[in-house]
Formats: sequence, C-alpha cells, structure tokens
Amino acid sequence: MEQLLSVGIDIGTSTTSMVISRLSVQNTASSFAVPRMAITEKEIVYRGDIHSTPIREGELIDAQRIAALLKEEYQRAGITPGILRTGAVIITGESSRKENAQAASQWLSELAGDFVIATAGPDLESVLAAKGAGTQQYSEEHACTAMNLDVGGGTSNLAVFSSGRQAGKGCWDIGGRLVRVDEMGRITYISPRLRPVLDELEIPLHEGDRVELSPLRRLTDRMASLLAEAAGLLPATPLCRRLHTPGSAQLILERPADRLSFSGGVADYVYHPAGGDWFRHGDIGPLLGRSLYESPAFLHERLLRPQETIRATVVGAGSHTTMLSGSTIFFTDASLFPARNLPVFVPEAETEQGALEGDSVPLAAEADRFRQEYDTDRFVIRLARTGSPSYRTLCRLADALGALAGQLPAGTPLYVLTEQDFAQALGQALRRRIERPVICIDSVQAQPGDYLDFGKPLRDGVAVPVVVKTLIYA
Amino acid sequence: MTREELTSRVTQAVMEALARRAGGADGTEAPCPRPPLPDLTDPAFKAQVLVENPNNPEGLAQMKRRTPARIAVGNAGPRLRTQTYLTLRAEHAGAQDAVFRDVSPELLKELDLVSFSTLCRDRNEHLTRPDLGRRFSPETLEDMKKRCVRSPQVQVYLSDGLSSQAVEANGADILPALMDGLHDEGLRVGPPFFVRFGRVPAMDVVSETLDAEVTCVLIGERPGLATANSMSAYISYRATVGMPESRRTVVSNIHAAGIPAVEAGAHIAQLIRTILEKQTSGVELQQ
Repeated sequence: MEQLLSVGIDIGTSTTSMVISRLSVQNTASSFAVPRMAITEKEIVYRGDIHSTPIREGELIDAQRIAALLKEEYQRAGITPGILRTGAVIITGESSRKENAQAASQWLSELAGDFVIATAGPDLESVLAAKGAGTQQYSEEHACTAMNLDVGGGTSNLAVFSSGRQAGKGCWDIGGRLVRVDEMGRITYISPRLRPVLDELEIPLHEGDRVELSPLRRLTDRMASLLAEAAGLLPATPLCRRLHTPGSAQLILERPADRLSFSGGVADYVYHPAGGDWFRHGDIGPLLGRSLYESPAFLHERLLRPQETIRATVVGAGSHTTMLSGSTIFFTDASLFPARNLPVFVPEAETEQGALEGDSVPLAAEADRFRQEYDTDRFVIRLARTGSPSYRTLCRLADALGALAGQLPAGTPLYVLTEQDFAQALGQALRRRIERPVICIDSVQAQPGDYLDFGKPLRDGVAVPVVVKTLIYA
Repeated sequence: MTREELTSRVTQAVMEALARRAGGADGTEAPCPRPPLPDLTDPAFKAQVLVENPNNPEGLAQMKRRTPARIAVGNAGPRLRTQTYLTLRAEHAGAQDAVFRDVSPELLKELDLVSFSTLCRDRNEHLTRPDLGRRFSPETLEDMKKRCVRSPQVQVYLSDGLSSQAVEANGADILPALMDGLHDEGLRVGPPFFVRFGRVPAMDVVSETLDAEVTCVLIGERPGLATANSMSAYISYRATVGMPESRRTVVSNIHAAGIPAVEAGAHIAQLIRTILEKQTSGVELQQ
C-alpha cells in the first residue's frame, strides 16, 4: 500500500480554509491479474481553521496574507510543502471573479507545494462540494438521485448525482454574504447581483441603512425560494434565470432529486437552526439558513445530513480531485513528471477515425491549429473514440501520431491520453517510431477545454495521479 | 344432430375463431407478426432487470453493471424464468464449443506458426488425460529442437489449452504486441510456435528442451459461463519438469472485457524484462 498526501485549499468569497488528506492507494486486482491500482481510502488528517478571506484595497485577493495564513497552517499541521504529492488550490465564489484571481492562484499553488495545481470555476466547485459533503457517495450507495446545494457567501453551487454519476450542475449568485452588516447595525454592502431581487420585492435597501430584520427576512425567504426553483422544486421564474452565475452550466433536471443535502457555511444554520444575534457574522447567512429551514419547498424528510458543511468544498478539493490513471501506462522517463497545466486536444471524430485507417494528414493539421490557438507545444492528445483497437489498427494510429510529433520542436514530449485500456501498447509502439519523450496514459476521461496535471508516478511506475481541471476566470 | 354434423360444426367454429385471432375478420389470412429473435448472449439483452415491479430498478441495473453474474433475474416460482434459463443454456453451449473446436490452420498460417502436438491423439484424450497434455514424443522434441532457436533468453508460444476460441479471439493481437515489445528490449527471442492439445506444464518441457531462460505460454483458459474467450499467460524463469506451481507468474483474464489482448502483450513484455532482471518468477517475484 502506498500513501499520498493531498492538500486542498479553498479561497472562497467569505472564508479561506485548508485540509490535508491522506489517500491510500492499493492494488485491487488479484495476484494473477494485471495490477489495478485504486484509491481505496481517503482520510482527512488535518483540518485547518476557517479564516476570513483577506481582501486588499479595491477588492483584490490579498495573496500575501493568504500565503502567511497557509504558512501558519502548514506549521501547525507539521508538514512541509515538499511532502505533498497532489491536491488543489481553488478560488471559488465571488473571489474567482476578482481581477487578480488567476495570478493569485498560480502563485499560491507554487507556494503550496510542487505538485499542487491551481484551478477554479463554478461548475467544478459544485461537483467538489457535493463530493466533499458525501452526497455523491450516498447517491452511489443507495442508487438514487441526490443533489447537494453548497450555499456559501457569494454563490450557491448545485450538483446532482444519479447512482453516483454526475447528472447535472449549476451555480447561482445566491449567498449569505451578498449583504454585509457592521457592528453598529448598518448595512455596509449590497451585492449588485441582488438588485433585481430587491426590486421585485420592492424593498428599498441601501448601503448605510440601519438594519431591520423583517425586510431582510423577506429577502432571504425569496432567496430560499429562488434556490428551490434552481433545484427544480418550484417552477422557475425569470428572476431565477437572471441570478444564474454567468459561465456556469445549465442545470437540466428530468425530475426533482430523491434526496437533498446542504453544505457550505449557511448549511450549519439549516441543520442547526439558531436564534440569538442574527448578524453575528456580519451578514445574512444565518437568516438565509433559517429561511431554507422553514421553506416548505425543501421537505425535511428528503434532507440528508452531509459529512461536511462549511468545509465540503475544501475537502472535495483535497480528497476528490485526484484520480489514478490506468495501471498499464507508458512513459520514457520518470523525470517528465510532474507535468502541469496541459491543455487537452480532442481531434474531430472523423479525424481520429482517419488516423486509425492510416490517414495522418488531417490529424497533424488539426493539432497544428490547436497549437496556434493555445500557443503551446505541450498538450495532451486525447483519443476517446478509439475502442479496443486491434494490433494492426494500433500500429496505424502510432504512425499517425508519429507524423504529428514530427511537427513539434525537437525534445518536446508527446502526451497521449486514451479512454480505453491500451496506453502501454500504444506507448511502446510510439517509442519504436519517434525519438522524443513519450507519456501515454489511459482510463481517464477529459473534455475539450480541460487541463490536465500528471503527478509523480506511484512506486514501480504502474500508475500516475491525474487531476482534470477547468480554468475559468471571469 | 349426427356425430358427423357436430364434428363439422365444431371444426368450423374453431377455424373461424382462429382466423379472427390471426387478424382477418373477413377470413383472409393475416401475416403472422414475428418479432426478431433476440441474441441471448448479447450484453444489452443480458443487462435487462427481470425482477417484476422492482422498488428501485436503477439500483438493480447498477448492480448488474458491476458483475456478469446472473442477478436481478426474478423467478418463476422456485425456478429461473425461461429467458434466464435459455441464456444460461446458450452460454453453456458456447463454453462447450470453445473447448471442442480446433484453432484454425488459417490463423496459424497468418501468424506464421509451426505446430507441435503433445502426446494426446484427439480432443477427447486431451480432455480426459491431462497427464498426456504435458508431454511430447521424443520425435516431436527432436523436431522442436531443429526448428527452434537453442538457448534463447525468451521463448514464447501459443497453445489451445481448454479454449481454442480464446486463441482465435486474442492470438493475432497479443502475439505481435508481445514480440515487438520483447524486441524493443533487445532480448534474444526464439521464434514463437503453436502447441496443440497443450496443458500449462508442457511449458516446462519446452523450457528444458530449448534451454530457454524465460518461457511464456499464451493459453486458452477453461471457459466459464461469463466468457469463453479468456486467455492467460504463464511465465516462468528456468522452468523445469516437476517444479512447484508457485514458480509460475500468471497474467489471467486476457479478453475484451478483461485486459485487452494488445495491452496484455505490452504488459507481459515489461513483466518478462523484470523476470529476467530479477532472475525469478512466480510467488518469489511478488515478494
């Protein structure tokens, strides 16, 4: 058994947190079969504190103060970045729309550890939160449809799983920190995204006003019903569509989910309704939690208790971003790893088919266009339509890939990802044909627009950790 | 009414009723609709959940996706339903065919393989006398010595074993993938051949006869009800007759739904390199 330490760092609209997970990797095949390495256990070994996300003047992410926070957390966890093998830094919610989000996450990922990647995007966040909350696992174990609503400071991220498989995701600008309140009981901030909601309710609310409970409660009640609309529990109104986060996926549901769970900072107030000072966090989070708790749309018998609430996303980032490649793979040299931020090139269906039949010209031309578009010579060629090829077909494919590689500058590695299990055979066939370094990995799915990170290979080089990510910065 | 009249009236009434049921109210013959017969062994056909009124059909379908076992098939009283029973029979028949057929001469020609036979004279003897399936006549061994390379680092051969069908299904993909992989490693590899009526321990005789450092047999496995196309590779360092079985390294489950033949060939090439480096095989290699 081999263990990998993985870090998850989530820089959200209101809070920043970190967890360290230990992933156990084992060969799950019998001694008489080809090895099949799999992550068999995920254990959280360190949970950092929940910090307020440091923001600089002009609403920029304060990367330096975040770095200082992380350094402290690393010290308390008793680890050095060098021993981390994989993980993810994600910048989520409204934070990902800050101007310097991309620069900050790149910078932080370098600081956090060599093998840690930077990633963001509302859809990925939705999926990670549902995995961290345990909703995906529940759906798989109970063969039902389960939805997680991660209600954070700036956004609510919805993800649906059907028998463990992703069935939909989407993000809405509904969160507990879209209205902020100071200790003097004054409203200090109203997100412009809430304007249409306030207009519809005809609540005249402005920054600087004194806080009053009843209009704010009317606001959070409406936010709760908008979330119910988003979740397909109520018919959608135009307002619901207006609050859909730009750039996130359309959530299309055939029927409402069998079970629902809430995660995110607001979730604690859904599962543990608390009275007292509604504005203890200087925002409308607790009030929104109460609105969700009392909302007739969210039937309580359908509610699942999540494994994580406020830390669901960061646990998802730390424990659920890494997968393993197939266990028969090929690479010419272990020093090619880690390899980060490789864009995924997906040839057209007929181009891939042509390559299998021995026509290499369109493949090379398409790859050339891709290189110009992405301005890089390092990319992963993903072959998804090649089923289980015969040896003859495989050799023709290797010829076509060899011709493609001939266009790349000398010494640039050729990265190939196949969905079916034939990477080792293809890699060996490529080594016979071309001089340059080759990495050939299988049994990983990736879409056009995705980026891949390959971590350092496991012992004996049988498999590599892979992270598939989307980089979307608004 | 006489007996004849009664018979003729009843006959007429029955004929009319039958004509109506066939669709022709006016007595004309309607074409009998014939749904196409399903392929009983088609994976999509077998994936059907046959339990009546299931509480969670998707849950059952999901369980079925994880195993080829006959689960969620319902029942007819204490028995299997007809559909399940027929599928079972079809797969049993497939398994028997796989055992009793021969590897086609066309495939051996395509792969350019010389063929040697064990002491078994026919398929029946091969099945009933495992002891003969591991031995060769002195003449065959002389012939083998003449046609093969002496003292190779690696000797690979194909054998029918208990499923000629497995050889037919995988041979043309696994053999060239493996041979190319071995040549890449710069190893001295004897030309491959075919052994008819072979059992696994025949490889020990091959190893001793040719003085091979590593011997690898790609052999058809006893068919089960899940697949009749499964092949295994048995690999041994310095195999000798009578050695313990624990000295064989096995790669099993080589078929379309297990490890594909092409990938298995590439994997075994690497495995053989490791065996040569460590100069051991079987259980000792794994420790």
